[in-house]
Amino acid sequence: MKGLSINNISMRFDLKNGSSVQALKDVSLDIDEGQIITVLGPSGCGKTTLLNIVAGFLAPTEGKVVLNDEIVQGPGAERGMVFQQGALFEWMNVRSNVAFGPRMKGMSKSEQEEKVKHLLEIVGLADFEDKAVYELSGGMQQRVALARCLANDPDVILMDEPLGALDALTREKMQGLVLKLWKETGKTIILITHSVEEAVLLGERLLVLAPRPGRIHKEYQLPFAEMGVNMDLRDVKKADGYTETRDEILSIIWEMEEEIMGRAEEN
Amino acid sequence: MAILIFYIIIFVAAFYVVKIASSFTKSQDDFTSLKTVTFGDESAVTPNRAASFISVIAIFAIWAAFTGSKLIPIHVPGPFVGDLSFSYTAMNSSGETDDADVTITVYDVQSGVIPDKLEIEPGDGFALNDTDQIITYRSGLIKVQKNDVGGKDKEYKVVAVNGQEISPEQEVFVDNARIYMTRKGTLSVTPEKGWQMQPVWLPAPETVWSRLVKVGSEGYKNFTLWEHLGWSLIRVIVGFLAGAIIGIPLGYAMGLSGWFRGWFDPIVEFMRPVPPLALIPLVIIWFGIGEQGKIILLFLASLWIMTISARAGVSGVKISKIHAAYSLGASKWQIMRLVIVPNSLPEIFTGARVSMGVCWGTVVAAELVAAQKGAGMMIINASKFQMTDLVIMGIVLIGVIGYAIDILMRISENYLVPWKGK
Repeated sequence: MKGLSINNISMRFDLKNGSSVQALKDVSLDIDEGQIITVLGPSGCGKTTLLNIVAGFLAPTEGKVVLNDEIVQGPGAERGMVFQQGALFEWMNVRSNVAFGPRMKGMSKSEQEEKVKHLLEIVGLADFEDKAVYELSGGMQQRVALARCLANDPDVILMDEPLGALDALTREKMQGLVLKLWKETGKTIILITHSVEEAVLLGERLLVLAPRPGRIHKEYQLPFAEMGVNMDLRDVKKADGYTETRDEILSIIWEMEEEIMGRAEEN
Repeated sequence: MAILIFYIIIFVAAFYVVKIASSFTKSQDDFTSLKTVTFGDESAVTPNRAASFISVIAIFAIWAAFTGSKLIPIHVPGPFVGDLSFSYTAMNSSGETDDADVTITVYDVQSGVIPDKLEIEPGDGFALNDTDQIITYRSGLIKVQKNDVGGKDKEYKVVAVNGQEISPEQEVFVDNARIYMTRKGTLSVTPEKGWQMQPVWLPAPETVWSRLVKVGSEGYKNFTLWEHLGWSLIRVIVGFLAGAIIGIPLGYAMGLSGWFRGWFDPIVEFMRPVPPLALIPLVIIWFGIGEQGKIILLFLASLWIMTISARAGVSGVKISKIHAAYSLGASKWQIMRLVIVPNSLPEIFTGARVSMGVCWGTVVAAELVAAQKGAGMMIINASKFQMTDLVIMGIVLIGVIGYAIDILMRISENYLVPWKGK
């Protein structure tokens, strides 16, 4: 069966003082090939833990992740990651960064070169091959990170707040780019974000996680990602239902945050 | 003390002179000059190049002024040279008094010219005129008792110098000299020493320079100057490289494996604070004073620094970089080669700079203790013969080479790890 399936994942780890933390409890999720899913939740709800489990950096205490009928047991090239920032290799220029995956696979130099050129064009960084990454702006660096991930042709792209560190204008442009890449490549994408707006705009499916223990609180099916492929994102925000959805999710998150604060005060 | 006051005066004076001078030239309206808050804003503090220039000039000027150098026309007063004279009044056993003159030639022995003894008339009375020669910075005893008629008598004594009364263990100042009477009644003359430093304490800059030229062409103690310096450098480089070759892999292993870290942590943490100089005695006992001992000492000096910097370089890798490399399909070996090693290079370079500095200091100290050649051996040997000019020359060369090493390391750092700090 094609696609990614997350089966009854639980994650519990012991603390040094003897107590234990239930980061995730019975999270199940089936994702079809080519879907874009955004994950939202208050801090401490286990979003990043979930992503790290899918990526194979963490082993769940219970349950399993299955990708294309294979159980995930560690990191692999079929699941690409895009991080917030600072995950590029500063000692390599843009070309070597993007060509990193193909090089690991033993692709020939000319093929690598072709791939790099093609991908940099897609992300809007044509002719930047020989630049050092530290010479680029934050937005450009994230474009390189996207290209580097795509160069490996992964089945699933996992994004851990990829636009979190960017300024508002750059962020909006990059959101458009993410949608464009999603449509053009047909990749399955899981994107974690703190921004409700971003989650509503980019998610075909939107998951709201609840904390303690981390679990899926609510799921939305949204039309805005599809709309955003052909439309300006600012126009999408004027579309029917966008504001209502955003406000509804916002109030859910607020409620959770307040509950967390209250519990903290009780302690 | 005089030198310090002098220095502070130059410091303050130069500040105001430069300030006034720069007020006449049109100031640039760059961003920093438009800042109103500069006190506490570190970025607004740029070194005043005029100050640096004057600072270096001032050091040389003071050095020259206090050593009577020929390089500059103005000096602080030097020691008195020439003839000085004073008269004294003696009283003989029968209670009579008589005056006589003493003329003393003070000469500089460094000039190589020893003046002839002065011819003087003995004069009349029982006290007779006397003469003597004294080298600058020294003092001399004027034995008037020997010279005067009846000076050997018990009751004979000198009662005044230049009309000023004097008795044993008292002093009188005459022109260009201080005259002290010893307990036994002999006059001790100390000519004016001036403010200048004696060459044996601090030679003039040109003396140091001519020593450099001389040692540079003739060598010192069977080795040329370049052999002395070269051997010190070779020891440093060999010791440092040995330390790096063992230390860097060890640091990586400690950064990557819990067993290695657990095993070597106590050793490294214990050895790190032990100054390499403290190891010199043990190294000499174990390995002798030859090259082997010195290289092992330098190896130990750089080993721990390189180990710790390599370990810090590994710990400094952002986990997202490692995760990214794994999810791009890299193997452990590829991650080591393409991520961990390049990522740790800035730390290793910092460690290498520190380590080279420590090694350079250690090699000089080790050569001070025992060596047949080397910069440290050269200056300790020179100090035994009071060749202060050679000692200062050696110190300056050691400083210059240490500085040059650091600059070279910084240049290669900029070239090899351009991403550092970005």
